[in-house]
Amino acid sequence: MGVGIEVSSLNAWYGSNHTLQDINLNIPANHATALIGPSGCGKSTFVRCLNRMHETNPVARVTGVVRIGDLDIYSDAKPVEIRRRVGMVFQRPNPFPTMSIYDNVAAGLKLNGYTSRRALDEIVERSLKNSALWDEVKDDLKKKSGASLSGGQQQRLCIARALAVDPEVLLMDEPASALDPVSTSKIEDLIFQLKSQYTIVIVTHNMQQAARVAEKTGFFLNGRMVEFDSTHKIFTNPSDKRTEDYITGRFG
Amino acid sequence: MSADSYKLRSRLRGLTDSLVTVLAILATLVVVAPLAAIFGYLIYKGASSLNLAFFMQIPRPEGEVGGGMANAIVGSGVLLGLASLIGIPLGIGGGIFLAEFGRGTKLANAVRFTADVLNGVPSIVMGLAIYSLIVSVHSPLIPFSGHFSAFSGGVALGIMMIPTVCRTTEEMLLMVPKAVREAALGLGVPNWRSVVSITLKTASPGVITGCMLAFARVAGETAPLLFTALGNVYMSANLNDPIDALPLRIYVYAISPYDDQHRLAWGGALVLIALIVLAVSLVRYVTSRGVLKGAS
Repeated sequence: MGVGIEVSSLNAWYGSNHTLQDINLNIPANHATALIGPSGCGKSTFVRCLNRMHETNPVARVTGVVRIGDLDIYSDAKPVEIRRRVGMVFQRPNPFPTMSIYDNVAAGLKLNGYTSRRALDEIVERSLKNSALWDEVKDDLKKKSGASLSGGQQQRLCIARALAVDPEVLLMDEPASALDPVSTSKIEDLIFQLKSQYTIVIVTHNMQQAARVAEKTGFFLNGRMVEFDSTHKIFTNPSDKRTEDYITGRFG
Repeated sequence: MSADSYKLRSRLRGLTDSLVTVLAILATLVVVAPLAAIFGYLIYKGASSLNLAFFMQIPRPEGEVGGGMANAIVGSGVLLGLASLIGIPLGIGGGIFLAEFGRGTKLANAVRFTADVLNGVPSIVMGLAIYSLIVSVHSPLIPFSGHFSAFSGGVALGIMMIPTVCRTTEEMLLMVPKAVREAALGLGVPNWRSVVSITLKTASPGVITGCMLAFARVAGETAPLLFTALGNVYMSANLNDPIDALPLRIYVYAISPYDDQHRLAWGGALVLIALIVLAVSLVRYVTSRGVLKGAS
């Protein structure tokens, strides 16, 4: 089951560049929340702060509090533990090139020392079914390499890989921006199904996509969160002038 | 632009295209020709010396016709095995440190610089260094010290392998896309595990090529063995004794006054090259299937 996320006074830097300034918001459990905004506004940095990927860059720095469920991720736990509870799907599909489809999905568990064959088989099958890829790959799970799939299939493989470690939250950083329209719509359908079980945070450049999949939407601009509200309100009656200018296409 | 000048330009372009293509083909031929010539000449001179005795017998006393290089083949195997055991793990470990854990640190820069200098050290100097560190000292702290030994020869070759393996490993690891590393970290895989099981595995084709290059390079080295492994006309696989090696035996026979030894030297050279090609192909074959599947 998903858990909620509470962010208070979150600040992030890349070197001397203050990329996130005083972010406060509550992301509800078991819903999809979209983050929109022009390039460089800090939305990707923001999701990378939610699983402590931001700090893997040596010049990066973070202050503030992020609670995921009852866990304060910056003081209660190690990054490695948090990343097992908060899965991530990246902009470009990034399956492990030397691994089969099966091994890609099982990678998170295997590399964390989980080796029961039978349980792995089950988890791989369930994860691939959850990511709507099972029917397309079930015959050559161990024969084909993950890199041999099409771009859209690779992205669903990456989603299966993230689901296999059984996270509570799924972060998606522009998961469909490198995909064609058919694959994009498959990913969106998937988000729709997955949000009953996981808390989903999706960064997107595509405002229609935000409107289609998310209950809540946040608008980021220049490292600040301008507005956070129900998706319906953001797209029909935003309270901030800047949000309105952005969604009506006046800039960005 | 008039139609005429367009035609002229298009003709010129076509001409340049063919010219560059011809030049590229010529360059390729110039590169390949010496290699083919060496192989051809080796086979021409060496093939007639190869018989069962060559592979089964040890050298005959001076002046006697016949005999073989069985001891040198075994010796080269022992020396290269020991060298690989030393050079490959140390080199790969150093490469991992440079690319993953020490990036940007002073220590890493020092290690990289040292590796590059070590790569440029003449092989005879490497032999001298090992001679003075192992062969000429009598210390209970240094294994097999105090006399010529297969061990000291293997160490000399092993150290020569380190810089090549180390620097190729580093470069190959750095070529692994950031996205692949992030994918592993994003799954909650600890960094060291991600480096070993994901980054190194993804880079393994290049790393293996680096190891093979280093192996092939030291397989033909004579100088570092002259005053370490020394050479031996008897069969030995003992690390504590002097040992023969194909390049050493070729060297000794090539400068000897006997025609029959010249003949054997050519055979030895052919076998040496054939064994290197065989070893490299075998590693490629094994790593392209089975345990390291996906590595190439």
